[in-house]
Amino acid sequence: MREKILAFIEKNSRIDLKELAIVVGVDVAAVMNELEAMEQEHIICGYHTMINWEKTGVEKVTAMIEVRVTPQRGMGFDKVAERIYNYPEVESVYLISGGFDFMVILEGKTLREVSQFVSDKLSPLDSILSTKTNFILKKYKDHGTVMAEPAKDERMKITP
Amino acid sequence: MRNPLSKVITEIEPSGIRKFFDIVNEMQDAISLGVGEPDFDTPWHIRDEGIYSLEKGRTFYTSNAGLKELKMEIARYIERKCNVAYDCEHEVLVTVGGSEAIDIAMRAMLDPGDEVLIPQPSFVCYTPCAMLANGTPVIIELKAENEFRLTAEEVRAAITPKTKLLVLPFPNNPTGSIMTKSDLEEIANVVIENDLYVLSDEIYSELTYGGAPHVTIASLPGMRERTIVINGFSKAFAMTGWRLGYACGPRVILEQMLKIHQFAIMCAPTMSQYAAVEALRNGEGDVEKMREEYDGRRRYLLHRFREMGLSCFEPYGAFYMFPCIQEFGLSSEEFAEKLLESEKVAVVPGTAFGKSGEGFVRVSYAYSLEDLKKALERIERFVTGLRK
Repeated sequence: MREKILAFIEKNSRIDLKELAIVVGVDVAAVMNELEAMEQEHIICGYHTMINWEKTGVEKVTAMIEVRVTPQRGMGFDKVAERIYNYPEVESVYLISGGFDFMVILEGKTLREVSQFVSDKLSPLDSILSTKTNFILKKYKDHGTVMAEPAKDERMKITP
Repeated sequence: MRNPLSKVITEIEPSGIRKFFDIVNEMQDAISLGVGEPDFDTPWHIRDEGIYSLEKGRTFYTSNAGLKELKMEIARYIERKCNVAYDCEHEVLVTVGGSEAIDIAMRAMLDPGDEVLIPQPSFVCYTPCAMLANGTPVIIELKAENEFRLTAEEVRAAITPKTKLLVLPFPNNPTGSIMTKSDLEEIANVVIENDLYVLSDEIYSELTYGGAPHVTIASLPGMRERTIVINGFSKAFAMTGWRLGYACGPRVILEQMLKIHQFAIMCAPTMSQYAAVEALRNGEGDVEKMREEYDGRRRYLLHRFREMGLSCFEPYGAFYMFPCIQEFGLSSEEFAEKLLESEKVAVVPGTAFGKSGEGFVRVSYAYSLEDLKKALERIERFVTGLRK
């Protein structure tokens, strides 16, 4: 049942609990218990909204920053990661295999704001060896959602 | 001037509700629950394979019976899913949709006067195909009290010395009804006793809900040699426009079907065949996902119909519900027309699928949950209004 609930709310977290219960085929109490348990266990870590900021008047820039670091004795990468993710400007931090160590996703109002964060906050951290900042020019698809207008239903209205 | 038309073709009645269909198809703002095809796009990796086959210039005919790889995959798939083994060289034929397979199976098997048992309500093509093959359609009217399943008694009662073929359209369009293994066993006994053949249209086989997997009558003892199994890619893999289906059955029949196919069609579209290979090799997960989604909608719809007091049995197959509208004293067609007029929701009158569909309408759930919710609100308002 967990997988079914998760598969559903991953795409539509606003569904009415009663409806969710019907769709999954259990009673409302069971769905509520399951959701609560999964929130407690941090399987469900939050309910967010997908926003296409480009369509609003709000200015925003997003950068993906490749960061190379020296892991710390006894703590590995976790301690460095914590130093980075504690900044509220930081949207996501991933430990990455390959040519660099962390992928840091950063959101700011302007290019300058982001670059300033990188040069003033991120780069000076002790364990950081280098950074490479990539600005996002256009978002086509995010979290499995295509940003373009959804395609119209082109099926004939009635077919046998 | 001589009459340009054949007697057979003029005897085939055009669909009586064509007019209704045309009105709906023209109506821009109607919410339709009238579609008989999946709302999902063909999974991307399958489309990609179709595109790739065009890029590679695979634009030639394939061999008449279909690509060897595809026939092999089909045989493997049927064995995996249904436990029946077919020789992919001689017992699998790739066709232009399940419809072509139905047509050529009847043409290969029927002589003038041979009777074909056709349970209704069912998909619209069996009667015309039987007539075009010079057979005589004999309708079995399925009953609501049996949840529109076919019973052995009904088959027995319809059999005459001329009966040759039984059409088995399950999981059923429009009722959503399925046949369990024990239902099929009873039918199989009658079929064997009376030396009949079966054309089993299993195009919705992947869309079976409630846990028990789909069973084909061909898997029952003594039935493989009497059954043509028809299936395809349209419903399972959301590939309606690719026009690709297939037939599996005993070599003696398939060889003759191949003759018709070879002269009338040549081969199924090549790019569709390449895409279908990919579908069978790597599409299982997509089918599973779509089935889960349909199943959720099915439960939702059933719940809403019961909430509004509309009597509806629980269907375990395809993507249709078949609620009963007899309480309103309207014919199926009147109900559908009024619903369209007053609430702009389109459903299909049960009579489109045979006389025994009177008193019912087909509601398709090949729509997103949001669309279904909107449409169901309107239907609720409509039936509440009728009851006043």
